[in-house]
This record gives sequence, structure tokens and C-alpha cells, in this order.
Amino acid sequence: MTLTKANLVQEVYQQHPGLTKAQATDSVETFITLVKDSLISGEDLLLSGFGKFNVKDKRPRRGRNPQTGDELILDARRVITFKPSGILRNKING
Amino acid sequence: MNKSELIEALAEKIDLPVRETAAITKTIIDSMSNALVEGDSIEIRGFGSFTVKQYGAYTGRNPKSGEKISVAPKKLPFFKVGKDLRERVDAEAKKKK
Repeated sequence: MTLTKANLVQEVYQQHPGLTKAQATDSVETFITLVKDSLISGEDLLLSGFGKFNVKDKRPRRGRNPQTGDELILDARRVITFKPSGILRNKING
Repeated sequence: MNKSELIEALAEKIDLPVRETAAITKTIIDSMSNALVEGDSIEIRGFGSFTVKQYGAYTGRNPKSGEKISVAPKKLPFFKVGKDLRERVDAEAKKKK
């Protein structure tokens, strides 16, 4: 099974009876947008109890094309990493 | 940014009280946690996906003492960033230089 945005909207709609379907959709969409905007701006995001999204700057490095074996330079780049919280890890292994 | 800052920003954008927005945020995060606990994956377009990976038992070492220790099998959530977000994060970094 895969949880999607539609499932999240459904969940919010069911558990918060005061919300219209449009408000439930808006809250999930906006939640995701804010998370993305934070990361795009280069700011880490900590969701306590779930995990931390880190923005990391990687230095350029030499790599190889695995198919041809040719050496090439991989540019410096910025990536996102996720570190699950201890609470989430324990729940998953519980 | 942390959770309470996110809640405040969200409350303002969706025009709901902070208290209710905090409850909605909890619902979203709990739903995601529960899916992973069930062993399900999460897939959010434009953001990324989470899967639970199973790791086998292995013999590791205590990096301080060098002592051998056996590590029990475990499951860990793994996040793969979506293409759109990956590209935008990197593009923003390059723009600023």
C-alpha cells in the first residue's frame, strides 16, 4: 500500500469535522508547499517526532560514468537528506 | 524551521486558528508515521517518497572501544527526494552564487 496526498486529505477531512473538503485539501497542499519552500530556501526543517530534513551542500568530486568507465567531474550540488527521529524509528521497529 | 514555526505559517496561509492548524498538522504527520509503521510507503508528487527498508543483523564495532557488537535486524525509513524538489533545491543554490 502507498499513502498519497489524496489519502492525507481524506484523513484530515475525516478527523476534523469542522473543515470543508476544500479546506482539508488546502491545508494538506499548503503544508507540503511550506515544507518544500523551506528546503528550497536552503533552510533545514525539523518535524519533531517524525524527522529532520537537512539541506546539504556537496563539493564537486571526480566520478565515473558507470557504463563507460570514463572519468568526469561531478559539479558541486545541493541535496536534501532525511534523518528519521528516534521516536519514529522506535515505532517502526516496535 | 521547526514544527511550531511551520504551524504558524500554515495557520496564516489557510486562515484557520493556530490551535486547529496544530491539530491538522498532527493528523498529517501521524498519518505519515502510521503508514510507515504499517510498512506502507508514502508517495507525494513533487515532494518525494518514503519507503521502509529492512536491514539484516550484522556484527559491528563500537567505534570508541573497538569492541565487537552484534547489531539486531532493523527497519529504517528512507526518503527519496522527488525530481522537481531536487532540481529546485539545487537550482536555488546555484542562483545565489
